[in-house]
Amino acid sequence: MKDEIASVIPHEPEEGVGETFVEKIGLEKEECLGRLRKFFESQPLAVLATQNGTAPYLSLVAFASNERLTYILFSTTRATRKYSNLMANPEVSLLIDNRKNKIEDFRDAMAVTALGRVEPVEDFELSIMKKIYLMKHPYLEDFLHSPTTAFLKIRIEKYIVVTRFQHVVEVSV
Amino acid sequence: MGGQTTRRWLIPIEETWGNTGKACGGKASVLGALQRKGLTVPAGVCICTATYETYLDRTGLRGRILLELSRKPFEEMRWEELWDISEKIKHMFIRTPFPGEMEKELEEGLASYFGGKAVAVRSSAPGEDSAKTSFAGVHASYVNIHGARAILRHLRLVWASLWSDAALLYRKEMGLDILSSTMAVLVQEMIEGRVSGVAFGKNPDNESEAIIEAVYGLNRGLVDGTVEPDRWILSRQTGGIKTYTPAKREKAIFAGKEGTELKALPEVFQKNPPLTHAEVLEIFKLARRTEKLLGSPQDIEWTFRGSALYILQARSITTFLQEDRDEKRRWHLSLRRSFENLKGLRRAIEEKYVPAMQAEARELEREKIERLLDSALAGEIERRAEIYRKWYDIYWEEFIPFAHGARLFGKVYNETVNPEDPYEFADLLSGTEMLSLERNRKLEEISEKLRKSTELIKVIKERIQAEEIFPEKENVDDTGIGHEGKTEPADTKGIELEEKPEIKSEQKAVNELEEEIDLFISRYGGSYSESPGTKKGIYRLLLEIALYPPIPVSAESKSNNRIQHLKEKFLTGFEGKNKQCAAELLDLGRASYRLRDDDNIHLGKIEAELKRAFFEGRKRIIERGSGEVRLPEDQVFYTREFAAELIKTLRDPSYNPEWKKLLPKPKPLREKVKPRQLLGNPSGRGVAEGVARVILKETDIFDLKAGEILVCDAIDPNMTFIVPLCSAIVERRGGMLIHGAIIAREYRIPCVTGVPDATELIKNGDYLAVDGYLGIITVLKRRE
Repeated sequence: MKDEIASVIPHEPEEGVGETFVEKIGLEKEECLGRLRKFFESQPLAVLATQNGTAPYLSLVAFASNERLTYILFSTTRATRKYSNLMANPEVSLLIDNRKNKIEDFRDAMAVTALGRVEPVEDFELSIMKKIYLMKHPYLEDFLHSPTTAFLKIRIEKYIVVTRFQHVVEVSV
Repeated sequence: MGGQTTRRWLIPIEETWGNTGKACGGKASVLGALQRKGLTVPAGVCICTATYETYLDRTGLRGRILLELSRKPFEEMRWEELWDISEKIKHMFIRTPFPGEMEKELEEGLASYFGGKAVAVRSSAPGEDSAKTSFAGVHASYVNIHGARAILRHLRLVWASLWSDAALLYRKEMGLDILSSTMAVLVQEMIEGRVSGVAFGKNPDNESEAIIEAVYGLNRGLVDGTVEPDRWILSRQTGGIKTYTPAKREKAIFAGKEGTELKALPEVFQKNPPLTHAEVLEIFKLARRTEKLLGSPQDIEWTFRGSALYILQARSITTFLQEDRDEKRRWHLSLRRSFENLKGLRRAIEEKYVPAMQAEARELEREKIERLLDSALAGEIERRAEIYRKWYDIYWEEFIPFAHGARLFGKVYNETVNPEDPYEFADLLSGTEMLSLERNRKLEEISEKLRKSTELIKVIKERIQAEEIFPEKENVDDTGIGHEGKTEPADTKGIELEEKPEIKSEQKAVNELEEEIDLFISRYGGSYSESPGTKKGIYRLLLEIALYPPIPVSAESKSNNRIQHLKEKFLTGFEGKNKQCAAELLDLGRASYRLRDDDNIHLGKIEAELKRAFFEGRKRIIERGSGEVRLPEDQVFYTREFAAELIKTLRDPSYNPEWKKLLPKPKPLREKVKPRQLLGNPSGRGVAEGVARVILKETDIFDLKAGEILVCDAIDPNMTFIVPLCSAIVERRGGMLIHGAIIAREYRIPCVTGVPDATELIKNGDYLAVDGYLGIITVLKRRE
């Protein structure tokens, strides 16, 4: 199946993070994290999965991560479903990908699924984390500073990295 | 100084010409081209579009502007909303410093060009003065600016003017892409001209003529219309003067210490025309030469320093021939009223219109229309409709433009104080007493009496019940006319009480309360005062208010200290004569803010008088009919079409009115999407949750329960007395300075305005969260 699809996609190498990643990925964890870091910087939005008790609930969020990729930061207003889901169950999953919604994606796209748990941002780290977040999303300054907005961090347990449609590796952090 | 970087951001005027339009804009490029051909152009540099783009990207401002503009489809925004947005965006530019090294590099670059010399900082946006569009006067320019730091401060203001209300409207009108617009800025040595003016190489109205206009001092006064110019019309062929029209020559604009000042003109100048014959001819030649160089007739701006003639600007006249478009631009520009103009408006409103309006309302109130014959009543309705129409027009033509006083003040306040919150100025303005607040305090006073007396509460409850069993005559919706005529209207004080063994003093208290309520309705009821159901509604509201502890009125609780502090903060930004001017502007702003609220109540009173006649007519029709006439409910009834039908029926007893035909056709029921989160403009900070009370018709407001969230199309000051009861306000109409927002601010209630279709999407009884910081309404639980 994989090969069949690969064979129908015309192969014209394009510049893209995913592709470089596929070409050059090694087995070294540090190297892999380094590539993930670049990849995350290139993507402003991620899909966040929360649970409402019985079923998953997906939302698009503006995210940023710290240098070591141990945390992923995002913000949401408190009157949202995702926020009330999180309050009930902090276990989440996040999808970061660079698909273009074209058939080439089967060859070129990379998708990273992050698993983790939402934790409150502690006072001592708040200002540095806000800085990290706003460095990537400077336009969200007003949003982030609204008293109705919750600023949250996901403590990441592991990343599941998918390339070339079915090539999957895991990285724990 | 990194020469490389400087070259990237700053381009000397002599290096700009024909092909630099994209990087330097039309204005700079044309001047560069003219300078190359030997014309005298003030020395300067162009801060090119790349500078603007880099600033936008590196500060995140591009994203913030995008978020601000995408709150609502652009086409659906009212002018007031655009004004708010542009003020917010301008505020972002003022508050966002240049990133990293950029400021230092620009500062050093500019300092090396100009040192401390006075300069003009002018917009030069690509496409600004193309053959198709003319942004003349739409974007900002500042003259007489000293030093690199000040230039950089004004640079951001000029950039911000790309997003001014007029610029946004104009782009919308012209179908230009708003988000891709960009701007270059021209910084030139300031030429403190003795005489300045404009010249049209070709008269748009007569091809054989050229026009020259001149004023003493700087030509800013001429361009913005505050100074009347002397005018010469010349033969395009010979340069001979065909006509000369001198101006009154009383004032002129001169350079002040910083910026410009409008000053009285010394007598010597008043007597003499600003230009000699020879000078007129020299300007004419300049215009013709520019035309030759640029290939089409030009509209130029020029100035004489000593005997040297400088060209300040040239743009193709084809622009001016796009008349209807130009007309629209003029209209957008007219939205900006000058200080002088607003002062005149204020005098007219305060001294003429408001007293006349009140007098007319009182006169109408005195008339005993119930004694008129049917045909006379028909005439009276017509007369009152005309009176209302007259005041309504005056309201639109005089009162609404005066609302710009508050906006003008806000603009100056923000540019001077640079506050964190761009609407801080509203707090300073609201330090004034508004009629609606006085009314709300009165309502609170009456409720306080109820709180103290369970007996009075009981009486009020009985009164409401009695009215529910035997409703007021006018209060019948379309239940036919069967039992009409049996009950007397509300004027039946104390009937129920007489049957009860009450102590005299209590009876007195009840009577007093009654009188107070009547007085209240007549004085503050505005457009509600003559509507059926108002009294019962007020009873209910009073009870509701009395159930809860008194609500602090912020106009009083708001410490005078804060207002004093804001006032000082504002005034310390000015010196000497300007301080006086600033104080006057504050006074004007306050008058504008207050009047904008009060005037509606005054107009409401006239409207109520029209309604009174109207309801009297309705009553007659009901009395006349034999039961088969089913009148539509008040709200629908009170429209132009029904009015005409009513008048006809009153005049001609044999006429058979067809109310049904006039009823709007019911819309077919289609399943609608259900709202979860709606976006509007944050207009009152805070957050609240509560049950929605959606106002679809006038009398709905009396059903409001304490703690509910008021959802309405547009609050008018006549209904703001229920605001202290609400926990939040959601309004379809947008704007930060509209009544809903003003009153919400007074009471510190969260408020979101400009929510499209709010009253259609949100249902009575939905449980909402209102986020007044971000402008979000969430339907947490839908009414089943």
